[in-house]
Amino acid sequence: MLAYIIRRLLYAIPILIGVNLLTFTLFFVVNSPDDMAASQLGAKYVTPEAIENWKRKNGYDKPLFVNDDASGIASLTDTIFYTKSLKLFAFDFGRSESGRDITSDVSTRMWPSLAVALPSFAIGIWVNICVALMVVMFRGTALDRWAVFVFVSLMSISYLFYIIGGQYLVAKQWMLVPISGFDPDFKPWKFLLLPVLVSVISGVGSGARWYRTLFLEEAGQDYVRTARAKGASEISILFKHILPNAMIPILTGIVVLIPSLFMGSLLIESFFGIPGLGSYMLDAIRSQDFAIVRTMVFIGSILYIIGLILTDISYTWADPRVRLN
Amino acid sequence: MAELGFKPVLLWSDALVFMLVIVLTIFFYRLRNDPQTRERWSQVFSSRLGMVAFTVIMTYVGVALLDSMHFRKALPSPAGVDTDEVFYDNKVTSVLDVMLDGMGDRFERTYSAPFALKSFEKSNIKDDQGNMVRDFDWLMHAGQHLADPSDKWLDVAQLSAIALAWGLAASALVVGLQWLLLRGSVYPWYASWAVQAGIICFMVWLVYVSHYYHVLGTDQGGADVAFQSIKGIRTGVLLGTLSTLVMLPIAVTLGVSAGYFKGWVDDVVQYLYTTLSSIPGILLIAASVLLFQVYIDLNPDYFSIGMEKADARFIALCFILGLTSWSSLCRLIRAETLKISQLGYVQAAHAFGVSHSRILGRHILPNVVHIILITFVLDFSALVLAEAVLSYIGVGIDPSMGSWGNMINGARSELSREPAVWWTLTGAFFFMFLLVLAANLFSDLVRDAFDPRVSGGRHS
Repeated sequence: MLAYIIRRLLYAIPILIGVNLLTFTLFFVVNSPDDMAASQLGAKYVTPEAIENWKRKNGYDKPLFVNDDASGIASLTDTIFYTKSLKLFAFDFGRSESGRDITSDVSTRMWPSLAVALPSFAIGIWVNICVALMVVMFRGTALDRWAVFVFVSLMSISYLFYIIGGQYLVAKQWMLVPISGFDPDFKPWKFLLLPVLVSVISGVGSGARWYRTLFLEEAGQDYVRTARAKGASEISILFKHILPNAMIPILTGIVVLIPSLFMGSLLIESFFGIPGLGSYMLDAIRSQDFAIVRTMVFIGSILYIIGLILTDISYTWADPRVRLN
Repeated sequence: MAELGFKPVLLWSDALVFMLVIVLTIFFYRLRNDPQTRERWSQVFSSRLGMVAFTVIMTYVGVALLDSMHFRKALPSPAGVDTDEVFYDNKVTSVLDVMLDGMGDRFERTYSAPFALKSFEKSNIKDDQGNMVRDFDWLMHAGQHLADPSDKWLDVAQLSAIALAWGLAASALVVGLQWLLLRGSVYPWYASWAVQAGIICFMVWLVYVSHYYHVLGTDQGGADVAFQSIKGIRTGVLLGTLSTLVMLPIAVTLGVSAGYFKGWVDDVVQYLYTTLSSIPGILLIAASVLLFQVYIDLNPDYFSIGMEKADARFIALCFILGLTSWSSLCRLIRAETLKISQLGYVQAAHAFGVSHSRILGRHILPNVVHIILITFVLDFSALVLAEAVLSYIGVGIDPSMGSWGNMINGARSELSREPAVWWTLTGAFFFMFLLVLAANLFSDLVRDAFDPRVSGGRHS
């Protein structure tokens, strides 16, 4: 097991290097630091001196890969590639374009993000599986067909409408929770209730539909017929036979969801005013702060790779036949 | 061209979308004699739901194509100047604008509710005695023909009745023609006709009543919301199709060659798509769009009119969405190719010394077409939804180009006003929901018909 995890972590290194090179190409080769400086300082009416100043202040005045002026190892380390890109591997994120320390920003903003994302994720999966199991109980009936139609309709509504509608109904019309904001010390659940509710409801359509297909596939298997022939009740067939056997595809499907968590937190946090990583990213995108965007790309891919490894490990827990080697 | 009174304008996105239509027509024309494909499509169209969804999608596509035929109107030659040269309006008009009969030209000052006669907000106006008072101003383009404002709803009912009569007449003509041609058909065409009649009646009603009222009110800038919602159709449909068009060649080439040649090709392709899919897509898209925006800002001379700039950004967005989203399709095609290349007939072709290109073209590609098709339909609705999110984040369509995302973005805080301004969001919601719902339902049916695995699971 340990050997497997170590090997998977080693596999992750070339992928992270690839991510790093890709972002480096995007941010420094496609668009030169001069272009960046010009657009930061206001496009057309900017003097060459101002550009040089900006580059020196933010550390972009070095050559891209090889510094001929420096000697020895410094000719490789005193470059943009080393200072801006390679240092990410050491979790040294440097400073944002506006001069703030990214590492400390990330570590303080992580917690509100997790406070929203984790409950939404866990409750969302639980609700989706429950709804899907209920629909599977009525398989083959008109109720099942209508349920699928409702799922597809729910899927066809943009995420933005769920947020806007939720804020309007729950917070403005019924006045049950505050519209937006976050306070870690004073009743944080009050601020978290609506964001979690919105993200759970918005996921029911696609989630429940996906689990329904999984369960139906299992419901057609021979062992289900055998169990029924032996006189097992429908409920026990669902929970004791179908659910455990559908565990592997369920886990695979959960990993697919991880990237969408990112987008979800981006929108949820900005609408509800939660000071997490999502709103951090959004602010960075809106103010064109490339240093933060670069960092978040890197963190995002690390999270994705960790998610992949965790899934593989959870397979052994869900299905004792799976051996990791 | 001078005697035509207009000058055609071909934007890049127009050219691409008409190219796409030609390519798809050739594709389906060549497939028409393939018995297996015919059987699968007939499974899709023998359900009423399939017919209804297809009709709705085709209506949207039709509107998008009409909105892609652009031209510039000739201006009347200035008096006193004796010249043969004709000057053209700087504003680019589309055929759809003409068909909507000036719906987009009736601007108000600011918000007004659906069917309202007065403005939504108070402003300084002069009363009969010439004193300045603060009150709700009369709208410029609503209920001008009314003698007495209290007759409004009666008038709306009358107008609707007239419009409905025209609409029914038009649909009788359209449906009647199809009935003559298709009455012996085994497919449930009546479901499609019902939807067609509904859409025709609605459009006739909308255009007719819009002459006298703002059916869905006006937005903050005073623009007609119903018109904007219809203009959003082109953006949504084009983004959904063009992005997939960019993605397909990359995904198919890489996927097929990885699955067929194996070895180091496979390793490289797998490495590429794992790397790409481990970056959160939204960030990659945002970063790329930002970089392109910097490019546009620094090179303003490349784009002569504002519309071209918006169009360049739109096409860049399509390319970026396509270039960042090929990994999942590539993975599917690679797996399928791996499976197919183990099959007996491919091995036999190898043994007979058939060349690689011939095996790929004759044996492998035709057998992955169903995956491509399913992905095309599935991705379409996802892309339409993604557009709204991207516009909200600020890396989507240019704000000067109408889109549902921009409408939602502009109206996101309107519900918290007192009283709430609900009509902009409703307009965008209604038009977007209908398209995405139809596309989702249709893609379900296509997948059931074309994916052997799913249809196998159905019977059990």
